[in-house]
This record gives sequence, structure tokens and C-alpha cells, in this order.
Amino acid sequence: MLSVLSKLQKGLAKTRSDLVGGIARTLTRSPKIDEAALEELEEVLLSSDVGFETAEELIEQLRSKDRSGLTTTDSVVEIFKAHLIELLDSTVQPPRPLPVPPQVISIIGVNGSGKTTIIGKLAYRLTREKKKVLLAAADTFRAGAIDQLAVWAKRAEADLVSSITGSDPAAVAFDAVRAAKNRQHDILIIDTAGRLHTKTNLMEELKKIHRVIQREIADAPHEVYLVIDATTGQNGLTQARQFAEAAQVTGIILTKLDGTAKGGIVLAITRELGLPIRYVGVGETIDDLELFDASQFVEALFR
Amino acid sequence: MFQEITDKLDAVFRRLRGQGKLTESNIADALRDVRRVLLEADVNYKVVKQFIADVQAKAVGREVLKSITPGQMVIKIIFDELLHLLGESHVPLKLGHSFPNTVLLAGLQGSGKTTLAGKLAVFLRQRGNSPLLVAADVYRPAAIQQLQVVGSSIGIPVFAQVESDVIKICQEALDYARKNMFDTIIVDTAGRLHVDEAMMDELIAIKTLLQANEVLFVADGMTGQDAVNTAKIFNDKIDFDGVVLTKMDGDARGGAALSIRAVTGKPIKFIGVGEKSDQLEPFYPDRIASRILGKGDVVSLVERAQSAVDAETAHKMQQKFKQREFSLEDFFDQLQQIKKMGPLQDLMGMIPGANKMLKGMQVDDRGLIQAEAIIKSMTPQERRSPQILNGSRRKRIALGSGTRIQDVNRLLEQYKVLQKMMKQMKQGGGLARKMPFGW
Repeated sequence: MLSVLSKLQKGLAKTRSDLVGGIARTLTRSPKIDEAALEELEEVLLSSDVGFETAEELIEQLRSKDRSGLTTTDSVVEIFKAHLIELLDSTVQPPRPLPVPPQVISIIGVNGSGKTTIIGKLAYRLTREKKKVLLAAADTFRAGAIDQLAVWAKRAEADLVSSITGSDPAAVAFDAVRAAKNRQHDILIIDTAGRLHTKTNLMEELKKIHRVIQREIADAPHEVYLVIDATTGQNGLTQARQFAEAAQVTGIILTKLDGTAKGGIVLAITRELGLPIRYVGVGETIDDLELFDASQFVEALFR
Repeated sequence: MFQEITDKLDAVFRRLRGQGKLTESNIADALRDVRRVLLEADVNYKVVKQFIADVQAKAVGREVLKSITPGQMVIKIIFDELLHLLGESHVPLKLGHSFPNTVLLAGLQGSGKTTLAGKLAVFLRQRGNSPLLVAADVYRPAAIQQLQVVGSSIGIPVFAQVESDVIKICQEALDYARKNMFDTIIVDTAGRLHVDEAMMDELIAIKTLLQANEVLFVADGMTGQDAVNTAKIFNDKIDFDGVVLTKMDGDARGGAALSIRAVTGKPIKFIGVGEKSDQLEPFYPDRIASRILGKGDVVSLVERAQSAVDAETAHKMQQKFKQREFSLEDFFDQLQQIKKMGPLQDLMGMIPGANKMLKGMQVDDRGLIQAEAIIKSMTPQERRSPQILNGSRRKRIALGSGTRIQDVNRLLEQYKVLQKMMKQMKQGGGLARKMPFGW
């Protein structure tokens, strides 16, 4: 046991920059990308939660590239980065025309991914843009969720529709849509309870919430953002698949990027499901929400 | 929870077993697949590398090639190594004779500390302790209310104060516990990033003040590669005593368990398997290793069943089982017992081979309720001899249970599958004897 542990702990001392540095050294010696370099590149991807399959494919694509032009360190890493950026940007669609207000945004995801916090930040961002924002506390399950959203609503100067813990979340959503229409809000953001994508009944509940909203506004919810925690491993892909099946997910919000996790799983999600990443959460204060920037994200993978 | 990884390893091993003799190259092939399985299970890539190297070194050695069943030997080596990494045995909570004992919960945001705090309190109360929950998250909005609601729902007192100084809260909580005869306090701290120096210092200060008996690092079971970084830094800073993996009721493969264990050497003590206050299980490394390897977690299943199934029913069922009589009435009794034991999906994962047999069959608790309704709408005679269920009887049953004829048909199909499964299990040997009930 001890030997395994000590070997491993020593191994962990090797940082990511060593990894990339390794590739650099290989290249200065020889203009070819040798297998060791590719393996190290793969390790960078694996260590970022990109996933085995996606990592293999990306490396394969690099391997099959014409190598004659690759002479410097930069070129191979840069070519690779460019490829990743292209992949991420390919899912970005031109902005859709805004619907007749209220625009309804539904926020979904597994437990503890950071939905409520993100809603607070998003609401703040929108009220700063002089939008009239309404929040719906449709997480009627988790203890304290409604109070938590109420605090964020106050901070963001948004209005709030809520009921009591244990009430029907679809009813709260319905009331909120009505209220948003009557009180002429520009945007309604719905906070849903965290649910594991494997719980059939909870996924049905989510569908019901969206169905009920559609009774009032046929093309709503206009945006459905799936919140993914950057520390999530390969399960993130399964989450995205299941949520996309249960709801018309229109984009990903990647939270908790301020730690050491790289959130590489979104590369796999983007590649398989074509979902764009819209926002990233980078801290705990109200303005720690940024629009997703593919090149920044990719740079961070290699940092 | 380990279903996918189990399925994949199963395929790998089937291939290994199919070969008369193992060569270096096909061991290497198999290990490549194992590498992939582990990576997809979120085991840290460095841990995987080490694991593969260790197994390879042992597998390619003479002992394997010379043994009579080399395939079995490789499986054993992989199993042993997994066990080795996960820790050899279950390590219980380390509560001493302090008054009060203190359990400190720490981890990233959203890892599930507050939910766990409630579960631990219930767990300790069951053991005869008198726990007090302490709300020490003064940062996240409504965090204190959340713990208060959790506490009141399970009938455990919560110590909370309008105060922004966490150290002061903890000090007063200690005094309060002593004065009011609580023998254990469970301190729910704010989620924090391991790279947040100030917050980590706060944690150290709390630990020092409390002289905590048990510091638990709470980690999301869905965590990926970063698990090694967070666990390592948390461990360096607060030298925790054990780990709790939460949200293991999803389909995450839980490779983080291996990673965390490998970089910190600290035992995983519990896993959280649901949102209800009793959905906390002690972590048994051997069982999880078995489950990963597709041997099924018979022991866990049996224990869980024992607490829910009364012995007499179990005995009756076992008799039926032996005689291969299994009427719809028995099926109904089974459904009642199963409902007591928790989500069906969890249970299925523990049965050896059940994953394979039930592939594609919807395992859903709501199906249980419907099945119940359908069986209740049958006459006793129909339940005993389902073969008499003709079209018009089925129509009546559908009407009576508020379902459709298709639903009735599907239930009968499932019942048939189940019958078949039982025969197979009996032929497979062993299983039926080990299990106190029919599944």
C-alpha cells in the first residue's frame, strides 16, 4: 500500500506545465511528434476530464494531420488548441430573436451543481442591463432553497414568486409565468430542484414543469440551461444526455471554474450533443458570471 | 451505481475466460481495456497508470502463466489490487470519550455536507448517541435555515446563531452541548475551495478549537479527475480522518473513491445513496471492489434485506423458491418487501448477474405501484394460476386497476422473466441459498 501511495504522491508533484513542457522538449529535439509527446498531450486532456473517448479521437485527429509543417513547440500545441476552439465554437448559434416578453429561462441540473447561485448572478447581470427580472422558486424540495433564492433576488433587485416547501413546483412555475405576464417582466428565470438524471420520477416532474409553462406561453421555456459543475467527471456526459432527452436544453452553464478543475467534460458534451456553453461561473460574488469564451477555456486546459 | 463499469469489466473478463492460455500480449490487451474502464469511471489517470503497472507486473509473472486457470488468476489480481487501493476493511467513525465528541464536515460547495449532516445525526441517534447539529456556514445565503429545516424534519436539535464569527459559533456550540448533555456535535461548515487560503485557514482554526474527533471530507461521487487535487490539499491542510462520498445513488461510477483513497491514504467511511435521512451506508471496500468486478454485492444486499424483511416471510419465500413455485401472489409479497428496502435500481445493482439479465427492462419504482394495482385487481385464483388469464379477464383487470391491457400484459411478461431468472439463479447455484428472499 505504502509503496503505491508514495509513488503516486510523487507522481502528482508533476504539474501540468511539466506535461506541456515535455511536449515542448520533444519537439525541439525532433520535428516529428513522437508517440511520447502524443501520450503527454492525451494526459493533459484526461487530467481535465475530457474523457477517454474524446481524448483518443482528438489525438487521432492530430496524429493524422500533415506533420511536415510542425517544427516548433508552439505549432503542435497551438494547432491542437485551435482545433479545440473550433470544436467549441462550432456549436455557437447566431442569437435568436428575442421572444415577446416575458422570456422564460429554465435552469436545470443535478444536486449541488450551483443552480441557485447561478440564477442570482444571472439575474443581477440582467437587471444591470435594465431588464425587469422575475425569479420563480420552483425548487420546493430542498430545505432552505426558497430562502436562498429570496436572498439572491433581493441582492439582484429582481422580483420573486415563491410558495412553501413541499408545494407543487409546476404550480409555482405556472403562477410565475402568469405573474411575469401580468406585471410585464422582461425575463422570468425558473429555479428547479436539483435532480439526479437517473430518477425517472423527478425527470418526469421536470417535463411537467415545462409542459405547464407551455400552457401559458407556447414557445416557452425559451432557454433551458443545464448547469454542470466543473469538477464533474464522465458522469457529466450522461447527465447532459438524460437532461437533453427530458427537456429542450439550449445551452450549458459551467460552474465552479474558480477551483482547479478544468471542466473538460463540456468538450465531450459539446462534441456529442452539440450544446453550446453559454456562461461560466468563476466565484462566489454576484458578478462572478462570465460569457463563455472558447479560447480562454482552452488556454486554461493547458495551463 | 457501478453498473456501467461492471458491465464493461464483465465483457473484458469474458474474453479473458474464453482463452485457454494467457499470453503476455493478451494480458496487455485486457489491461488496456481495464485502463479504459477505469478512466471512464473517473479514476485519476495517474492512479490508473500505477494500477495498471502493478497489475501487469503481477500478471505477467510466472505465477499466473503457470496456474491452472490463468483467467481467474488475472481477475483475482485485479480484484486484490482494487481492494488494496480502496483499503482492506471498513473503518468506522472514530468517536472517543470527549464530551462532547465532535464531527467536523468539510468539502467543496455543493458536495452535500448539509444533507450528510442530517444523515449522520440520524445514524448516531440510532447508535444511542444524542447528537446536536451545528450550523457553521455563515456565508451561503439560507445555509443555516437549510440545516434548521433538516434538523426539524428528523427531530434533531440545531445550534444556530446570528453571528458571523464561525469560531465563536463553534465555541458556544461546545458550551451549549456540554450544558445540555449532547454527547456528539456535528459541525456543518461552509463549502469552500481548496485554493481559497483564507477559508482553508478558517477550517484549520475550527478543527483546532473543536479538537475534532472525526474530520470528514465530503466529496461528490460524481467528481472527476480533480478529486485528487482537492482531496490532497484538504488533507494537507486539515489532515482529515475519513471520506464520505455523496450522490452515489446516481449512475456515476465513483472512481473518485479510488483516486481520493490513493492520494490521501484515508479511508472512505460512508457513501450517501439518496436524499432521505436514512440513505447513508457504511463503505465496505471489499463489497465495492466486488461490485466493480461484476461479482455483485451479495453481502450488502443480504444485510439490507434482513433489516426490512421479516424472517418468517423470508423463510416461506425461500421454500417457494426452492420448489420453483412462484405465483403472482408471491410476486405481490415480494413487491411489498422490496418497497421497504429502497429504490429498486440500487437493489438490482447488487445482485450478481442481474445487470445483464435485466438489461433494457425498465426498473422503476412507479412500475411497482402499477404492478401492485394490477395484481390487486386479480382474483385469488388468477393470482395462483396466471395461465387462466384470457383476454376478457385481462380486460377486466386493466379496467379494475386503472391501467391498460398492455400494462397487464407487460406485467405478466415481467413475471415470466422473473420466473426464468429464478430458475437460472437456482441452476447457477449458491445465490438462492445466500439470499433471504426471492430476488
